[in-house]
Amino acid sequence: MILVATIKMAVRALRRNTLRTLLTMLGIIIGVGAVIAMVSIGNGAKAQVEAQIASLGRNVVLILSGNVTRGGFSMGFGSAGTLSQEDYDALRRDIAGVAGVSPEVRAFAQIAAGSQNINSQVLGVGADYIDIRSWTIASGANFTETDVRNANKVALIGKTTSTTLFGDADPVGQIIRIKSAPFIVVGALAPKGMAMFGNDQDDIILVPYTSAMKRLTGGTTFRSFSLQAMSPDLLSDVQTNIIDLLRQRHRIGPGRDDDFLVRTQQEISDTATATSRVMTVLLGSIAGVSLLVGGIGIMNIMLVSVTERTREIGLRLAVGARGNDILLQFLIEAITLSLVGGITGILLGVGSSRLLSANFGWVTLISPESIVTAFVVSAVIGVFFGFYPARKAARLDPIDALRYE
Amino acid sequence: MQPVIELENFSKTYQTGEVEVHAVRSVSLKIEPGEFVAIMGASGSGKSTMMNTIGCLDRPTSGRYLLDGVDVRELDSDELADLRNSKIGFVFQGFNLLSRTSALENIELPLLYARPGIRAADREERALQALAKVGLAERADHNPNQLSGGQQQRVAIARALVSNPKLLLADEPTGNLDSRTSIEIMGIFQELNRQGITIVMVTHELDIARYCQRTVIMRDGRIVKDEPVISRLDATEELKRLDLEHQAVQLTS
Repeated sequence: MILVATIKMAVRALRRNTLRTLLTMLGIIIGVGAVIAMVSIGNGAKAQVEAQIASLGRNVVLILSGNVTRGGFSMGFGSAGTLSQEDYDALRRDIAGVAGVSPEVRAFAQIAAGSQNINSQVLGVGADYIDIRSWTIASGANFTETDVRNANKVALIGKTTSTTLFGDADPVGQIIRIKSAPFIVVGALAPKGMAMFGNDQDDIILVPYTSAMKRLTGGTTFRSFSLQAMSPDLLSDVQTNIIDLLRQRHRIGPGRDDDFLVRTQQEISDTATATSRVMTVLLGSIAGVSLLVGGIGIMNIMLVSVTERTREIGLRLAVGARGNDILLQFLIEAITLSLVGGITGILLGVGSSRLLSANFGWVTLISPESIVTAFVVSAVIGVFFGFYPARKAARLDPIDALRYE
Repeated sequence: MQPVIELENFSKTYQTGEVEVHAVRSVSLKIEPGEFVAIMGASGSGKSTMMNTIGCLDRPTSGRYLLDGVDVRELDSDELADLRNSKIGFVFQGFNLLSRTSALENIELPLLYARPGIRAADREERALQALAKVGLAERADHNPNQLSGGQQQRVAIARALVSNPKLLLADEPTGNLDSRTSIEIMGIFQELNRQGITIVMVTHELDIARYCQRTVIMRDGRIVKDEPVISRLDATEELKRLDLEHQAVQLTS
């Protein structure tokens, strides 16, 4: 039979019962729409997480000081202060394949400039730090190794902090007072945006760690080290070497726990993307269930339709339709239902995810693959759920079908 | 010329539960090209089974059936469908037109299943020709619910004619029609028969059978009588007579 005529026939049959057709399609429309919207939300979240992981820097290894357990409460990594200046020197000296190492000490301090007065995070770091963590300098320059060695009172300022203190003016060359010690701003950091847990990465001041320890914290140990491997392939070797080196330096016997923690960026990103992937799968599968229900709706209506049109089928068989012609006719009806529903669903899904981004500020990401997949899936649903009713129609006996009341 | 229909010792047995029903018992029947045959009989006489077999909707349990020289027993269901499509036109008691579908598209239906396929423009042209043959050319765009019973049956006849079949099979074609319309329909059949088409019709109305050339009467699965129609009626004359009677009634009242 001629395909074009069959498709026309299917469309006419569907238009004969517009309301029923629309209601049947609604199942697929909602299903496909939900899948598209949900997956776009999941992908949006994943992309956001990935961007944040990337903003950490490239090939970064984090070495955190061990945790203090006091009265049964763990104080969190970095609290024990097990990382020393000697550890830092050893890391710089003995680990191969390292592009840069920087210690970190952290202080929350009152910062004043002119009449402005704020509390912000001050991070004491090495000169390598901004390269390791992929910070870029918007104006001015990084502080130098010499600044670090001499514990000079120089600072790099994050965008948010800078705006709070100086407005739109260039902060380079300005004096800020951290805990009343005057520091000169030598560079402004380009903005990085929100971190993974919603804190503002640009609300920051970087100073040489020597200056921070001497003038702000008064401590002698580091909270953590940031280390950059020269290539992604080296990450795991570097990690192993660091662990060996630090266990040896800290005299940790075999079978005892480390008093530090080494995490590669890969591990952090794996954890984070795994979490967001779980979310995508969860959202997608909930939406997928509604798609399945939509498919069952199609099957239901097609079965009703086959029963209602038994005489028509009998007539078609009598005038020379082969079983396969009838099969094709009903299959095309089911596919038309599911495809038109699917396309409408795609539009609905794209529309609603746009709406979500616009109104709620959710990051959504509609991938072309998810649209293609939705389209193919809805066609497959048509074939899958349409096949049984269509086969039932095709196998009718023409004599019985003609006699059917 | 070979017969259009040739049944040799044709039997049909149905198995309903434990019981074997012998619907048709060893019937032999020949129908030559150009004949106009009425098959008559009470319900259960086997005439429907005969029609289904002649129409290639069913196969004999035993015996042979040759349609236009083709042995039907050797064909699978697809080949049977093709045979129905090319050689047989069906007319049913209940018209069996597709609702909400124009007369023209209803008539095109068998052409959709023709092998090799027929182009849309040709289908439409042939459907229009068939519609003209039954005198309804001006109703091509009407849907069945806009047509009278007689007009619907004419559309159905046009549908049966559209693929130029060897054989027209009519199953109680006047069963749903009033007497005047029945005569009109029989007139169409007679005209088509004059043009050469073979017609086999099932009916239980004696006066309708009188428009045919030959009656085959069945009882209990056997042919009990097979004879030519002696005083054959002509539909055109019958209609004239009806009109005169009608006028007479009007004059007297």
